[in-house]
Amino acid sequence: MAHAVSTSAGAHGGHDAGQGGGHHGDHHDQESLKMFGFWLFLITDVILFGTLFATFVVLRFNTAAGPTPAELIELQGIIISTFILLTSSFTSGIAVLEMNKGNKRGLILWLAITALLGASFVYLEVTEFMHLVHEGAAIGTSAYWSAFFTLVGTHGLHVSLGLVWMIALMLQLSRRGITPVTKRKVNIISLYWHFLDVVWIFVFTIVYLMGVM
Amino acid sequence: MLDKIKEFASEFFVTGDPLILGAQVSIGLSLVAIIFVLTFFKKWRWLWTEWLTSVDHKKIGIMYIIASILMLFRGGVDALLMRVQLAAPELEFLHAEHYNQIFTTHGVIMILFMAMPLMFGLFNIVVPLQIGARDVAFPFLNSLSFWMFFFGAMLFNVSFIIGGSPDAGWLAYPPLSELSGSPGLGQDFYIWGIQISGIGSLATGINFVVTILKMRAPGMKLMQMPMFVWSVLSSCVTIMFAFPILTVTLFLLFLDRYLGAHFFTLDGGGNPMMYINLIWMWGHPEVYIVILPAFGIFSEIVSTFSKKKLFGYKSMVFALMSISFFSFFTWAHHFFTMGSGANVNAFFALTTMLIAIPTGVKVFNWLFTMYRGRIKFTTPMMWTVAFIPCFVVGGMTGVLLSVAPADFQFHNSYFLIAHFHQVLIGGVVFGYFAGLYYWWPKMFGFRLHEGLGKWAFWFWNIGFYVCFMPQYALGLMGMTRRVNTYDFDMGWQPLNVISTVGAFLMGAAFIFQVWQIAHSIKFYKKEKDGDAWDGRTLEWSIPSPAPLYNFARLPQVTSQDDWWEEKQRIAAGEPAKPLAPLEPIHMPKNSGIPFIMSVCWFTAGFGFVWDWLWMAIPGLIGVAVCMLARSFSYDTDYYIPVDEIERTEAALRGTK
Repeated sequence: MAHAVSTSAGAHGGHDAGQGGGHHGDHHDQESLKMFGFWLFLITDVILFGTLFATFVVLRFNTAAGPTPAELIELQGIIISTFILLTSSFTSGIAVLEMNKGNKRGLILWLAITALLGASFVYLEVTEFMHLVHEGAAIGTSAYWSAFFTLVGTHGLHVSLGLVWMIALMLQLSRRGITPVTKRKVNIISLYWHFLDVVWIFVFTIVYLMGVM
Repeated sequence: MLDKIKEFASEFFVTGDPLILGAQVSIGLSLVAIIFVLTFFKKWRWLWTEWLTSVDHKKIGIMYIIASILMLFRGGVDALLMRVQLAAPELEFLHAEHYNQIFTTHGVIMILFMAMPLMFGLFNIVVPLQIGARDVAFPFLNSLSFWMFFFGAMLFNVSFIIGGSPDAGWLAYPPLSELSGSPGLGQDFYIWGIQISGIGSLATGINFVVTILKMRAPGMKLMQMPMFVWSVLSSCVTIMFAFPILTVTLFLLFLDRYLGAHFFTLDGGGNPMMYINLIWMWGHPEVYIVILPAFGIFSEIVSTFSKKKLFGYKSMVFALMSISFFSFFTWAHHFFTMGSGANVNAFFALTTMLIAIPTGVKVFNWLFTMYRGRIKFTTPMMWTVAFIPCFVVGGMTGVLLSVAPADFQFHNSYFLIAHFHQVLIGGVVFGYFAGLYYWWPKMFGFRLHEGLGKWAFWFWNIGFYVCFMPQYALGLMGMTRRVNTYDFDMGWQPLNVISTVGAFLMGAAFIFQVWQIAHSIKFYKKEKDGDAWDGRTLEWSIPSPAPLYNFARLPQVTSQDDWWEEKQRIAAGEPAKPLAPLEPIHMPKNSGIPFIMSVCWFTAGFGFVWDWLWMAIPGLIGVAVCMLARSFSYDTDYYIPVDEIERTEAALRGTK
């Protein structure tokens, strides 16, 4: 393993199979590559949301004589869903702690709680959207509402995809337990989940708080 | 019933134009021919297992290059059609609507479906070999990227015979590209074709950044990487920051058209100018994304064929990285005439002039590398030498365009057309051709015929100047881009005729290249060793074409141009580096998921274009199922045992 230690390169992700704990080392390297790749993906996702925020800010006064956000947005429901999402970020953190302790049952339990909180967040968002449409603010009403539904909806879509992914991961965990591969997957989804939380803070501030001001 | 089918078919297929009818017939016939050949020679299984499901970066690279050459043909035919139409005043060879479609598809295809895949093809083939790796970081994702590009390109191209081509220009400015301006399906094909392939490009960007940062051979420091690898890194970082903007912009345009949103519409508070800003925030970095790797290719070639170390390595790295940074701060120079005000225009004029400086640095580096070198004028080197003056002139006309007050005169004239064709053909196309000729022996294990290559070279170069130099003058004479015809009394005819002749010279050059490839295959002569040009970097240290695992032993790198230094040491009688024992090699397994998933994307895109939800929704579900199938598969790699490596190596090197 002498020279393997000095490098991080190799066959696809794994340097020198065979020597010492080679096979295990392969997996380790490959998992860390994927982790790094996911960080880079998150950068691109930041740009994606950044662009959506920019269009929202450009169009924020363009309500074209239609309903304005101050008239329609009810902050109370939004505060509740904000707390739900923040709590789910916390519970996903606990799930990772359980995983590091090697407690498979605890890990799945806390992931399930996270997913439930995420699902209630999505449910609240869908009800909010239905309410807004009912009040006469749909995506085609004005530029403001186009930007609103696109930005908030893209975040909601991210959360929903995360839910499907989390459920798939719980199935894999129950089948395979905590391995280097499933461990990396849990780490990645928890990273993703925290990221969505951070994005939501900005949505909450820029779209909702500044919208009703 | 029959009437209904007829009515549907007349809506589904593009009808009423003899040119398109001819194309439809020939596409149909070639499809039948392909299917017949594959069935007759029982090659379906071979196609599936060896190519469609392959995750090998070398094969993916070859598929990219084949696709891009087909697209070069299509984009080139578009160009020739336009040049015929403009050869004389008041011609009616193409009617106005058809002309609009052709300049739109010409632009999109040449940038997104020719330059980009040719670039990705070279990335795939060269980067892992140059850094001493056995594949890219994420081979599965790499295959997915390719198939997303491929089916995105197919979706875009199919609009030509089904549904109608887009005709709102290559960047589809609203309000023209909105439903009010383009009610046809062409614009939807545009959105979905580019969107699908764009996601693939984004993934490639991430993939190569990880590959370069994390998978270099033991000992290879960042500042010892071959210059091409640096150029790929700068290009891929730019992709990572630019392509999400494209994704969002096209998505917003889709929402406008599909759900009646008001992002870029004239009514409802929308802002068309926002689209133009957004699309150029991607579009300007995009031109640097395609040119930076060309700079890398020239650096490799100039150093190999001058038998000298690249002059000014560090300044070259600095130039590449600063270009990729500054490329994000020049976008508004594409619309100085928008009226953003003097301060905004001044800012973007200055950044545009600034970005010319690192480019100039590079030109001097290449010149000083050649200075007192023992230059060999092989075809790759000829393209490099031809590139330098061509790009310098193209760059300087760019600086002229960056002068905001003067730009009010040049804006959207043929002066601009001549400028960007000079940097894109003289820079990108020449660069990728040089790279293709340079690495061809590495890809396929045989050389291309030099004589025919030189014919192609001269036809391309003379054709280029004959075609585009008159266009600078035409621009100053007031000819604007996208006009499909002009009056006798404008006095533009002589220069236009010359320009058309030049375009056909380039067409002839392409035929020479096809002939060159065919000739070289017919008189196939296998490369004896892998070092076709007495090269300097690691890819020349292994057999051509490289075996599946590339390197039987991972090279231990100690210096820049490691393979050259090793050869020098051996020539000086020093002992070669000791060979480590062989070990089993860890490789990814082939997978059909990328292909199937991309077919699902195609289905979804096609469904959205036609507003057929019964087709779009199953397509999206298919995409989700493919992703889950991948997530649940754990058996994704295997080991090549040592004795198999020994056998392969002995057969390839003909020894042991």
